[in-house]
Amino acid sequence: MTEEMETLHEFTNQEYKYGFVTDIESDTLPKGLNEDIIRAISAKKAEPDWMLQWRLTAFRNWSKMEEPTWANVKFNPIDYQDIVYYAAPKKSDGPKSLDEVDPAILEMYNKLGIPLHEQEVLAGVAVDAVLDSVSVATTFKEKLSDLGIIFCSFSEAVREHPELVKKYLGSVVPPGDNFFAALNSAVFSDGSFVYVPKGVRCPMELSTYFRINAQFTGQFERTLIIAEEGSYVSYLEGCTAPMRDENQLHAAVVELVAHDNATIKYSTVQNWYPGDKEGKGGIYNFVTKRGLCKGVGAKISWTQVETGSAITWKYPGCVLQGDHSVGEFYSVALTNNYQQADTGTKMIHIGKNTSSTIVSKGISAGFGQNSYRGQVKILKNATNARNFSQCDSLLIGDKCGAHTFPYIEVKNSTGQVEHEATTSKIGEDQIFYLNQRGISTEDAVSMIVNGFCKEVLAELPMEFAVEAQKLLGVSLEGSVG
Amino acid sequence: MLSIKNLHAAVAGNEILKGIDLEVKAGQVHAIMGPNGSGKSTLAAVLAGREEFEVTRGTVSFAGKDLLGLAPEERAREGLFLAFQYPVEIPGVNSSYFLRTALNEIRQHRGLEKVSAMEFLKIIREKLQLVEMDEKFLKRSVNEGFSGGEKKRNEILQMATLEPRLAVLDETDSGLDIDALKIVANGVNKLRSKDNAFIVVTHYQRLLNYIIPDFVHVLYQGKIVKSGDKELALHLEDYGYDWIKEENSRSERW
Repeated sequence: MTEEMETLHEFTNQEYKYGFVTDIESDTLPKGLNEDIIRAISAKKAEPDWMLQWRLTAFRNWSKMEEPTWANVKFNPIDYQDIVYYAAPKKSDGPKSLDEVDPAILEMYNKLGIPLHEQEVLAGVAVDAVLDSVSVATTFKEKLSDLGIIFCSFSEAVREHPELVKKYLGSVVPPGDNFFAALNSAVFSDGSFVYVPKGVRCPMELSTYFRINAQFTGQFERTLIIAEEGSYVSYLEGCTAPMRDENQLHAAVVELVAHDNATIKYSTVQNWYPGDKEGKGGIYNFVTKRGLCKGVGAKISWTQVETGSAITWKYPGCVLQGDHSVGEFYSVALTNNYQQADTGTKMIHIGKNTSSTIVSKGISAGFGQNSYRGQVKILKNATNARNFSQCDSLLIGDKCGAHTFPYIEVKNSTGQVEHEATTSKIGEDQIFYLNQRGISTEDAVSMIVNGFCKEVLAELPMEFAVEAQKLLGVSLEGSVG
Repeated sequence: MLSIKNLHAAVAGNEILKGIDLEVKAGQVHAIMGPNGSGKSTLAAVLAGREEFEVTRGTVSFAGKDLLGLAPEERAREGLFLAFQYPVEIPGVNSSYFLRTALNEIRQHRGLEKVSAMEFLKIIREKLQLVEMDEKFLKRSVNEGFSGGEKKRNEILQMATLEPRLAVLDETDSGLDIDALKIVANGVNKLRSKDNAFIVVTHYQRLLNYIIPDFVHVLYQGKIVKSGDKELALHLEDYGYDWIKEENSRSERW
């Protein structure tokens, strides 16, 4: 990891420290969801009235909606009145030292090469995060603000930049877009806000890689990124290490807006708790992510590596509104044991000469079920739109499943849509070949899987790619032999 | 170095090896010949530890260790190398990365330092010359899209890089034209030393014109039925395997 990255992480951490933790006194609202709860959340965050009204509208929408059932996943009904929607962080909740942490988790941290101090934080050990490089972080904040870039927590953005939030919030994912997006809109806890002004190329990878404090915002995260004309920004979300999290339901919303000739690159590594080997527990990750290529020549590129969560329900998409705009989706989704993933993308071609690329790699092991679900839509005025989709599935063992659900809708005869799909099984021949060269079966599987995912991993920023490779290996441990 | 005693092995209940005895000492090259289906490739696979073959009787000791008690990767780290008859393609896995990983596993086992990417490049460049391969090969995925000849040369390259004590070449000559055959044989000859040994499994005598064996064994119906020096191979070339088959059916009748 470069020094720049390190500092940035600390900077982000610090952002959360000041943007969230210090704002809120430690307490918890009662279980359940109603208008009073929403008013209370909004009040605790000292939000302006327009923000409260927005939340209430979303809640009223949500109340009339049904939980979607079309995804190829199975889970017990969620009692939405049995969830605590607002809990301030309590550091004393966690284990007192690493000795109290599940040895299996510690082993995984060691395999991922996470330093001891970070291990403590990730495992929720009650330590005070030492941030003595405040001055360095300030330098970074200054560097960004000199360029006019705003990078702060969502709560801070609501307070400091209400005009921007008002203008863009819900403009890509409307509060009534779907059941989980509506829920998030009503109760979102915090998240990140990025604004890159015209012509500015953000000089560093922006990261919510806030390994520290991240557990406090995970449940109902809200992210909004705006790239003005001719600007560029690359944003990293997530963390390769599994984080302690008591909340089973996660429903995040991410909105991206790219104006003329702007580029947004959004990379995710998701490794929430997948549940145990018998499929007990684990996070339900129901996420709505969408980018709007609003202007001419705008480009939005999603890259995701999804290895965690018991259930993943996620379709980062692009609305290609501007002529000549470009959407990309590169995905690796891995399901082991009893994990289920139903993930893919939506590419909506509205403007002329728009193009989209989809590369999806699904890996299933154990009893895992992995579905690719993708929609490519070419609307009437989208002359000369092009799409290329490639969906590859890799099966490890014979008790898992891979499924592909492509939806293609073309309303303009000049459109070109290509779809390629393959399914392969990891071969015993391949494993034996590597064994015969001195490589253990675990490492062999990891190598084969990383080879399979190569095109997607190549899209990740360097630091992330290296960690993601390790993660794929660790996530598959015990799946062969 | 290698001592095989009364080795029996079966696949799916069918006995294929029916009592093999073989002693291989450092510095020696043994050729194992025989008609199709005689058990040559099974012997190679059993030595390497392929799971679908079940050893039903016998012992194999390698460098003082009970070979049959070791996992395939442990055998490799102990210095047993199998050049595959059909090398496997591994899409997306960079050849250079793969081979460096393998080398470092073996070095680590021998108590040596791992080599860095730079050091590895130096080593591999030298070995590439040995098998007359271009450096561009390092950027390709393991065996992916390789021609038959390239795959076989790649096996020899890996052997040269990993420096095994004992290399088993399983029909490395099959599907090779004469030029590729010479390159492969040349590679093997340059690696021969008093410290290592080779078992060359082949159907044809052709390869043995270039890799001169110290011993030639004929495998037939799961047993070594004849052993000799390189003259035996020449005899087989001239007369085929029929006389071996006849001799054995006679002995069965007696």
